[in-house]
Amino acid sequence: MTLIDLANPTRFLSLTAKILPWLAAATAILLAIGLYQSAMAPDDYQQGATVKIMFIHVPNAWLSMFVWGVMSLSALGTLVWRHPLADVSAKAAAPIGAAFTFLALVTGSLWGRPMWGTYWEWDARLTSVLILFLMYLGLIALWRAVEDPSRAARAAAVLTLVGAINIPIIKFSVDWWNTLHQPASVLRMGGSTLDKAFLIPLLVMAVAFSLLFITLHLAAMRNEILRRRVRALQMQQASQPRA
Amino acid sequence: MSLGPYASFIVWSYLLVALVVLILIGWIALDYRQQRARLRELEASGVTRRSGRGAADLS
Repeated sequence: MTLIDLANPTRFLSLTAKILPWLAAATAILLAIGLYQSAMAPDDYQQGATVKIMFIHVPNAWLSMFVWGVMSLSALGTLVWRHPLADVSAKAAAPIGAAFTFLALVTGSLWGRPMWGTYWEWDARLTSVLILFLMYLGLIALWRAVEDPSRAARAAAVLTLVGAINIPIIKFSVDWWNTLHQPASVLRMGGSTLDKAFLIPLLVMAVAFSLLFITLHLAAMRNEILRRRVRALQMQQASQPRA
Repeated sequence: MSLGPYASFIVWSYLLVALVVLILIGWIALDYRQQRARLRELEASGVTRRSGRGAADLS
């Protein structure tokens, strides 16, 4: 099967029906391993046991940006190639991305209170992630407000690409500005500064959450294709002459 | 395993993540059932796709 075959929604549905159970099983297994490793990880010499919050905060924070990246690629697919699944992909990813961003913000706050002495600080990293969350909500509202999916798709694609400017701002905010949020310690030039005792559970949880996103995204795309079929059949039904 | 003086912050973080992930899974599963049910209702009322294939058929 080539990539172009997946442009056909019927083929896409057939493929997802086959791979979703395997993806769900792999996600559950990896999450269980990651949670076990997180529970068994030693306390940090500065953070104590609160370092365990990092094992869920960091994957959610990474995914909050990654999902917008996926939506930006989908937006290009909508505007440039008019790929039939591109808007389906973006629309299905938005609520999942919003949920990950919400979790990154809240788990960050719950870590910040004991470590920084405050739940919230208007520093560049926290504020730019809050803006990302609001942009997710704005996009979801846009899709809900415009009834015609093709009109909504173009407007949402433009908004997504404009919003993509925020992703490098989030990533480099800790380097560009003096922030309370610590600088990058995993994805940085010169390698990770984390000890293996923390790095391994963190990476396992990151892969598990990424698999969770792929599973949920494919399932949500399948739902969106079915929703569009319902809409098409309802319009067909409404246009049929009554006997 | 001792979670130290900030145990409530750690436990709330994990509970919240579990809750939101479960809500996401539940919402997507429920949405799937609703869309399949609507498609079956439409097909039962005589509306069919131009291709002639079943709209709720995923294979």
